[in-house]
Amino acid sequence: MALDKPYKDVPGTTIFDAEQSRKGYQLNQFCMSLMKAANRERFKADERAYLDEWPMTEAQKQAVLARDLNRCIALGGNIYFLAKIGATDGRSFQQMAGSMTGLTEDEYRAMMVNGGRPIEGNRYAHEWEKR
Amino acid sequence: MARITASVYTSHVPAIGAALDLGKTGEPYWQPVFKGYEFSKQWIRDNPPDVIFLVYNDHANAFSLELIPTFAIGTAADFPIADEGWGPRPVPRVIGHPELAAHIAQSVIQDDFDLTIVNRMDVDHGLSVPLSLMFGQPRAWPCPVIPFAVNVVQYPVPSGRRCYSLGRAIRKAVESFDRNLNVHVWGTGGMSHQLQGQRAGLINKVFDNAFLDRLIADPQALSAMPHIDYVREAGSEGIELVMWLIARAAMSERPPRVVHRFYHVPASNTAVGHLILENT
Repeated sequence: MALDKPYKDVPGTTIFDAEQSRKGYQLNQFCMSLMKAANRERFKADERAYLDEWPMTEAQKQAVLARDLNRCIALGGNIYFLAKIGATDGRSFQQMAGSMTGLTEDEYRAMMVNGGRPIEGNRYAHEWEKR
Repeated sequence: MARITASVYTSHVPAIGAALDLGKTGEPYWQPVFKGYEFSKQWIRDNPPDVIFLVYNDHANAFSLELIPTFAIGTAADFPIADEGWGPRPVPRVIGHPELAAHIAQSVIQDDFDLTIVNRMDVDHGLSVPLSLMFGQPRAWPCPVIPFAVNVVQYPVPSGRRCYSLGRAIRKAVESFDRNLNVHVWGTGGMSHQLQGQRAGLINKVFDNAFLDRLIADPQALSAMPHIDYVREAGSEGIELVMWLIARAAMSERPPRVVHRFYHVPASNTAVGHLILENT
């Protein structure tokens, strides 16, 4: 019997469950390696070569190289691990979060200052499909 | 005997730590956040705990995906400040309370909660930002802290009901410790926020304020709320709020005195909530 995953119908949201974690293990462990300054330097010097040291899928590597965080998350990444890439790049958590929304950095910051993304219309996937 | 006299609840947004560390607290963006903690800093000077039992979550700093404990109690004598990728926060090392921590582990595990015991652990902003908000920038933290890390990063995280029951077991454990200690239990994280995906930036003030109301008045009923309600209504990272139920259940059954309540949007991506409850 399939497990109940009611969070599948929350729009614009990927829940990092055991299944996602299984898919993203190597990707997330690569991110974790960037907590060491020496590894950050090696990664920055040659990103592709550093990524090739990890048994990640080609799609995961491409998503990292493109800094496509939505794609990284779809492929099993978790935001707290992906944040290590942002730290390596010198980007704030707000810049990273904003980059996933389709808004510019200024637009995202303004949205937050004005009270954030409202809950109305953002609860269920079907509310987004109508747009 | 040791006794729990109060509980403190607060968000633990990393940008708040950065604002403090970089001297930005007077900036218009940050002023209203820190103003909400002015009362709290005076209150804790007037009501100093001997030990803080601090419920928080690690954010892929102490624990990678190699090991994912659902509940981990820090029993070490001290805990270094984690380097989260930007260098460690310039805050004092955290001094533990190994005797009380070991006692709580012994008692709570015998009450059927399978804690992971951790004797070496770096602590990240989830633990250090609440200390900074309550104590400011001292050269040493004024009392020992027992870190209690909850997995809220990989689903499924523990249910609200499980957290509530655990809080009760922690109360029983503290009250059976044979030393005269004034213990605070802190619950941290939340409130509404989502850091990932196209829905990032979600804030739900109605949900958050109802959560605060119910946490004060009827936490047991609140503990029945399923995960999906947190995720849908408060964002994927809003699930951190289950940790507040651990601290709340560690309080006595009598209605608490609400000595402080504060709510502000935003701090970076997050709604900031803060409560201080005293046992009566």
